Amino acid sequence: MPEDVKTPAPPPPPDGEKNPVATRSPEAAPVVAEAKAAVPVKPVPPAKPAAPAKPAGPVPLPWTSPLIEKYKNQYGSGLDAFTYLGQNYLTVDRALIPNILRLLRDEDQFDYCVDLTAVHYPKREAQFDIIWILYSFARNERVRVKTQIADGATIPSSVSIWATANWLEREVYDMFGISFEGHPDLKRILLPDGWKGHPLRKDYGILQQDKEWVQINLGIESGQ
Amino acid sequence: MSASTKDGDNDISSRAVSHLDLDAPDKTYLDSNELIINMGPQHPATHGVLRVILKLDGEKVLGTECVIGYLHRGVEKIAENRTYTMFNPYVDRMDYVAAVSNGLGYCEAVEKLMNVEAPARAKYIRVILTELNRIASHQLWLGTHALDIGAMTPLFYTFRDREEILKIFERYCGARLTTHAFRIGGCQYETYAGFEKDVKNFLTFVAPKIDEYEALLTTNRIWLERTKNVGVISAADAIALGVTGPVLRASGVRWDLRKAQPYAAYSDFDFEIPIGEKGDTYDRYLVRMAEMRQSLRIIEQAVNGIPEGPIMGKVPKVIKPPVGEIYHSIEAPKGELGYFIVSDGSTQPYRIRVRPPSFVNLQALDIMVRGLLVADVIAVIGTLDIVLGEVDR
Repeated sequence: MPEDVKTPAPPPPPDGEKNPVATRSPEAAPVVAEAKAAVPVKPVPPAKPAAPAKPAGPVPLPWTSPLIEKYKNQYGSGLDAFTYLGQNYLTVDRALIPNILRLLRDEDQFDYCVDLTAVHYPKREAQFDIIWILYSFARNERVRVKTQIADGATIPSSVSIWATANWLEREVYDMFGISFEGHPDLKRILLPDGWKGHPLRKDYGILQQDKEWVQINLGIESGQ
Repeated sequence: MSASTKDGDNDISSRAVSHLDLDAPDKTYLDSNELIINMGPQHPATHGVLRVILKLDGEKVLGTECVIGYLHRGVEKIAENRTYTMFNPYVDRMDYVAAVSNGLGYCEAVEKLMNVEAPARAKYIRVILTELNRIASHQLWLGTHALDIGAMTPLFYTFRDREEILKIFERYCGARLTTHAFRIGGCQYETYAGFEKDVKNFLTFVAPKIDEYEALLTTNRIWLERTKNVGVISAADAIALGVTGPVLRASGVRWDLRKAQPYAAYSDFDFEIPIGEKGDTYDRYLVRMAEMRQSLRIIEQAVNGIPEGPIMGKVPKVIKPPVGEIYHSIEAPKGELGYFIVSDGSTQPYRIRVRPPSFVNLQALDIMVRGLLVADVIAVIGTLDIVLGEVDR
């Protein structure tokens, strides 16, 4: 049942709704206005009577830097840059992903792929956020690259860009069922080969898994 | 030897992490000495439940494939069904020999997401305990690594001395291994009476002990033969494979998150980042030994400069970070330990992703052991210092 408590949660993080706006309007100003307007609706002032009118959490602000200028000139509206709590991230159209990732490594020295992961938003049309966390030793700087893809869509593998993506992509495949095109050996990594479903999807309940895997497959009486 | 240096060239992706294609009938299989054997999951030298499939030509390793997941507990899924506070003890169970570091990374990540900061005193306590834990983790690594290679005595020495650290943990928070020492916003417990004395006593106690370990191994001829030029990984390969921690530093990259992007109170302390030259097993041994001494330096400065004041920051009783995402990482004893947290504004995390150093470092095993002998595989698994609880989560 914990699933049920969780699903009616407020809408996904701001950029979920913001993105379509950003891509539609070419000027930067309305984007900020939208972002600011969208947020005060969500935070939860009624739930916290104890704290005297807590300022609604920080809002992602547009991130400008020479690097972003360069990318925007090259790719235009397919890409947006924000900074949140001092951390920079790019939201990129899926189609631009291989180019952007390669540019980040080859030209801007983001030579270390720290992590690659995904987040599932079942209510959104493009259900998955895929996130690359990159670091540059030369610049001592981190950046996150985010893109959205629909359920069942694939994403180009970045193993040829960073060898470390190999296991990380396998884990994302294992946990979310997202396929990476061109991955040398895409198969489950943490779960057994015969496992059904992908556990980190929001529609995957822990009780259902207990029944299917533990009780039916392994034949173990469960106390859950 | 496999690991050739190719700076700037990334064709490591084609070499690294072989896929043995076990199903396809191999022509050469019948007319040569090639043999596929299975090491683990029940094998004392795999440090838990790691299964490595080795493709051998005689005793020479042609390729490996790691089969992991035997210890998978779905920590990330559990997190989505717990509140932020309830999830805190779970992180201790990932890298269970460095539970304090895990807790530090998690608490700081949530604090960052909530835009609060732990008070100075809490940060100092955190640094002291985390560095003690780093020493404990390195001691456990040294003992088991040496045991794998055939030197039994260091195990007894290191466990004897690690006990002193665990005693301090036990007196501080009641637990020795899965400490759950920190809380979101600071520390739950004030230091006990005599904490500072205990820590100082430990510093004077352990410094000569580290010399003792070195006296046993550093110039020991068998140790040198078993570790020098074994499991070499170049800096370029290490970076491409995302390897961090002492393994990366032993390849000559002077990079430590405590210096590069200081967290907790690390910017207050004076310490060095030891590095190696060749990136072989011996260099990694030297780097970790030097790191223990640097940790002693940090602890000494921290315990002498520990400020007075509160130990908990202004954190509401119910942890409810605003909508947003954060990535925060720390230098755990094994490398970069990161937490990526997505909050939907409720009391439960929408998603927590743990970036485990052991998992990523283990991926380098394949290129490190190619061309070596089976016995060296044991040495390389030891030198990577993996904890399967963290690999599998």
